[in-house]
Amino acid sequence: MSIDTETPVAVADRPEDAGQLSAKLRHAAVGALPPERLMPDRQPAYVASWIYVFGVLTLAALAVVILTGVVLAVMGPSWWHVSTTGLFVNSLHLWSVEVFFFTMIIHLWGKFFMAAWRGRRRATWITGVVSFVVSVGAAFTGYLSQQNFDSQWISTQAKDGINASGAGAIFNVTNFGQMLMWHIVLLPLVVVLLVGVHVLLVRLRGVVPPFAPPADKPGDPVAAPVATVAAGTDPTGPDGPIGEQS
Amino acid sequence: MHTVPAATSRLFGSLVNLNHPGHYVHWGFIQISVANLVLIGLMIVVFVGAILIPFRRHGGGGR
Repeated sequence: MSIDTETPVAVADRPEDAGQLSAKLRHAAVGALPPERLMPDRQPAYVASWIYVFGVLTLAALAVVILTGVVLAVMGPSWWHVSTTGLFVNSLHLWSVEVFFFTMIIHLWGKFFMAAWRGRRRATWITGVVSFVVSVGAAFTGYLSQQNFDSQWISTQAKDGINASGAGAIFNVTNFGQMLMWHIVLLPLVVVLLVGVHVLLVRLRGVVPPFAPPADKPGDPVAAPVATVAAGTDPTGPDGPIGEQS
Repeated sequence: MHTVPAATSRLFGSLVNLNHPGHYVHWGFIQISVANLVLIGLMIVVFVGAILIPFRRHGGGGR
C-alpha cells in the first residue's frame, strides 16, 4: 500500500493502486451500481402506479419497527408493563409491525401478479420471499418476548409443533432468553440484510416492465418505447399520456 | 404503575370495545378470528384500490 504525503485526502484511481483489494471492490461496486442508478431521478412511466408505493411503505414501516425496537431494547423487555411511555413505544412497535406486514403482503400480491421474477429478477423475488418468511419468525419470537400470559400461552402451544419438527433441541420456544435474543439480534439482522440486498437488486435489475400487449398483426411492434417520468411530475400532464412520451 | 387519564383514554382509546374474548368465524375446518378476517378484507380492498386508482403527482418540473 502506498501512502500519499502531499495531499490531505486520499487520491483514488492511481494506476499503481489498481491491484489493491479496496480499489477492486470500489470499481466492482461503482460499476454494478453507479450513483445515478442507485439514486435515480427518473423511473419508467409504468412505475406511476399506487401499487409501487407499497414497497416503500414497507421500508418505512421497517424503519419504525427497528427504531422503536432499539428503544425497547435499551429500556428492557418489562419496561412497557410499568410505564405508560413504554406502553406507547411498545404499541408503536406492534402497530408498525402490523403496517409492515399489511403493506408487504400488498407489495407481494402486486409483484406476484406482475410475475416480477421475469428478466433476470429471480434473485430479487427470492430475497423478497425469504425476507417475508424470516419476518414471520421475527414477529413470532416477538410475541414470545412480551413477558405476559399471552407469551406463555403462545410458547406452550408452539413447543409441540417445534418439537415435532425436530428443531426443539436447539430452538426452545419456552426459553425466554433464547427467544428474546433471536427476536432482537439474529432475526432483525437477517431481515435488514435481506431487505438491503433486495433493494440493491431492485436498483441493479430495475423494476419489472409490464407484460407486452399481444401484437395485432405479424410484424407489428410488440410494445411502444418506454417513457420515463421524473419524480414530482404529473404523468398525465400537458404533454399527453405517459405512453405517448418519448 | 401509572394509569392513563380518562380524557386521554377517550381520545386515544380503541374505537371499538376490545375488552372481551375474540370473535371467531367457523366454516368447516376453517376457523379465523373476525379481526384477521377484517384485516384480510382491508388488504384486498387496498390492493384493488392501488391498481385502479390513478396515480397523480403535483405538476411542475421538467420531463
